[in-house]
Amino acid sequence: MSEKQLQVQEKQSARTQGETTKNETYYAPQVDIYETEKEVIVVADMPGVQPEGVDLSLEDNILTIQGRRKEVAHSGRMVLEEYEPGHYLRRFTVAETIDQEGIEASLADGVLRVRLPKAAPAQPKKIAVKIG
Amino acid sequence: MAFIRFSDRPAFRNPWVEFERIRQGLDELSRSYAEKGKAQIRANVYPPLNIYEETDKMVVTAEIPGIKAEDLEISIEGETLTIQGKRSSRQDDFTISYHRREIESGSFSRAVSLPVKVDVEKISAKLLDGILTVTLMKAAEATPRQIKVNAD
Repeated sequence: MSEKQLQVQEKQSARTQGETTKNETYYAPQVDIYETEKEVIVVADMPGVQPEGVDLSLEDNILTIQGRRKEVAHSGRMVLEEYEPGHYLRRFTVAETIDQEGIEASLADGVLRVRLPKAAPAQPKKIAVKIG
Repeated sequence: MAFIRFSDRPAFRNPWVEFERIRQGLDELSRSYAEKGKAQIRANVYPPLNIYEETDKMVVTAEIPGIKAEDLEISIEGETLTIQGKRSSRQDDFTISYHRREIESGSFSRAVSLPVKVDVEKISAKLLDGILTVTLMKAAEATPRQIKVNAD
């Protein structure tokens, strides 16, 4: 088989600024970030999060991705526990100037995709020097 | 003549010390199991699973983001549940440049043996927001039966 086998990636706890009052677990989602000519795209794995649980913000060039998942209560006895569900949180400093109005996000199969369109670069202005 | 310094002499060995140490170790082990009540094991095969046992069914859950229902294959043979699938690779466009690549793509296959017999006809699986939930009804002989006590 030439195809790569998926490996278990250890869930990393998210670093929050200060402690949270609620005793909830936040994980840092695995992300892919790539750039095209026109936009920066952030893809984050957030299984269990529904569209209404996603909270995105871009403030002072800091992009915050937060995903809260609904509590799913399982009845019965747990016989095997290999993962612990939790919320997701991750922050990035975006170097590019982003057109705030044009930010779009979509969620499919537990994967969040955020499109951050780059702001149109300022037109280079030629300054004519008058010879006086 | 060999001199043996006072400090090199073997201390008096209590033959029961070793047994005591083993007993304490066992106590500790059983205590840690009793406290947790469940075994948290780190999975080394993708995907990590959580399994819940209810009186009449077993529920298996897994977090598998980015995997579509049609790329997923679930089968059962006896008491062995097999979950196979693949996460398709993203576009390999040369005009894009990656800043971070943490999401892996590839295939996976995980087999897990269930602790009880299940009814192979009554298995349902659903995939919602990247979470797979497989519900397996226990076989009739594995479900507990209430026995009524008759008072004469």
